[in-house]
Amino acid sequence: MRLLEANNIHGGYGGADILHGASIRVDNDEIVVIVGANGAGKSTLMKAVFGLLHVREGEVLYQGKPITNTRPEQMVSRGIAYVPQEYNIFPSLTVQENLEMGAYALRGNIRPRLEKVFSVFPRLRERRRQEAGLMSGGERQMVAIGRALMIDPKLLMLDEPTAGLSPKLIDETFERIRGIRNLGIGVVMVEQNAKQALAIADRGYVLATGANRFEDTGANLLANREVAEMFLGG
Amino acid sequence: MYILVELLQLSIYGIVLGSILTLGAIGVSMIFGILRFAHFAHGDLITVGAYTGLGFLMMTNAPFWFALPAGMAGAAIIAVLIDQTVYKRIRRRQPVILLISSFGIGLILRSFVQIIWGPHVFSFPGGIQRPWLVWELAIIPNHVWIFLAALIIVTLLHLFLTRTRVGKAMRAMSDNMDLALITGIPAERIIMITWLLGGALAAGAGVLLGLDSRLTPTMGWNILLPVFAAAIVGGIGRPYGAIAGGMLIGLAMEISTLFLEPSYKPAVAFLIMVAVLIARPHGIFKGAW
Repeated sequence: MRLLEANNIHGGYGGADILHGASIRVDNDEIVVIVGANGAGKSTLMKAVFGLLHVREGEVLYQGKPITNTRPEQMVSRGIAYVPQEYNIFPSLTVQENLEMGAYALRGNIRPRLEKVFSVFPRLRERRRQEAGLMSGGERQMVAIGRALMIDPKLLMLDEPTAGLSPKLIDETFERIRGIRNLGIGVVMVEQNAKQALAIADRGYVLATGANRFEDTGANLLANREVAEMFLGG
Repeated sequence: MYILVELLQLSIYGIVLGSILTLGAIGVSMIFGILRFAHFAHGDLITVGAYTGLGFLMMTNAPFWFALPAGMAGAAIIAVLIDQTVYKRIRRRQPVILLISSFGIGLILRSFVQIIWGPHVFSFPGGIQRPWLVWELAIIPNHVWIFLAALIIVTLLHLFLTRTRVGKAMRAMSDNMDLALITGIPAERIIMITWLLGGALAAGAGVLLGLDSRLTPTMGWNILLPVFAAAIVGGIGRPYGAIAGGMLIGLAMEISTLFLEPSYKPAVAFLIMVAVLIARPHGIFKGAW
């Protein structure tokens, strides 16, 4: 089923547009990766879709309904979770408190959700009383993604989830993201580690100067010589 | 020997003053943590709380201790009203605009107190107390009650911040406002609760200060400087630091009277604040809360 569709998005941070007609779509059960050079507008596109900055032209559809320029709180209650690249945890709160905050917008028992997140990230169960700000980069990233999973999202949006992680942790993170997709959650992520990300992606987009350049399955994009030369370092 | 007794005696006064400053400083620190501005009307909120408590006693003839919950409820409501009518409208402006506005709100509150109660000095009922003599120390019963009341209030606040959903959300907002919004924490509701608590704590400080000395329309304004010093020494934006900051400033102010004229007490608070700002600009503690 079509989960998210963003068509012909124009917009930016208030000044000149950064996005010039970018489009993406995400279905259930798929990992969609957005790659591209620095400044191509990858993160900007994510923010525009999530309602963090103004979409001047174009439309965003979620499960077929328009949600263009909807406020982030409402995105959360519809089942869309977003993990920013930086400052994505509450450092003075414990791991468990971070996760509880993830479910703030929801009513009802959060225990089953907590268990679900702990089953994806067993490490977080061990460290649940630890202050999140005192943890390693990889663990913080688990907290950040775990926090987003607490709303039981249908769509998970990740902005560079592996930024600053060691190669071993990058592999592990991508493995976890596959696990999340296998729970039936649509995942869209921006990635600098383009080759590895495309390798686990069902589909991918290559953005250039705020618009789509290529779009194909992950495998095809990896095999595409032009993409390889331009964006994947040969 | 004499000096030791004197030092202990002053330390008792310091802990009492510290208890009062702490209640004010926690509010200043919480408001700064979540709204990112220095709330200069906090001193006058302290005054309003004390007078609201006094007014409640005058109207009802209730026993003294009812002044505390009554004043806290009154100041909490007033704080929320001020926020909703004034601060909310300028929430997205620069912090300095909020700071200056709060200065104006402070003047308004002080004037209201004068209009309603006049410039006279009031006292809470109870009269002069005979101190208990413990070893060489004279302990005024009210001082014990002030300390215990502050202790109970701070304990309740601690439980609120660490055990309740809303309390945790307050800490989360103070940690990372952008992430709190992305997470779906309802910012305006949490801000309202912050003002409720800040107002209630200010009134707690006011009633206890009134019990310790007297009520005047400038009582809160006069302790605003030490309250801010306490919040800053503890690391502004960190309510737990404010407890330590309050005690440190309170003790330093009282113990300084061993060497200095008592009228220099606020200067001592200011001096410590400046020294901390130079040596450790983020307060004497590490970490966020």
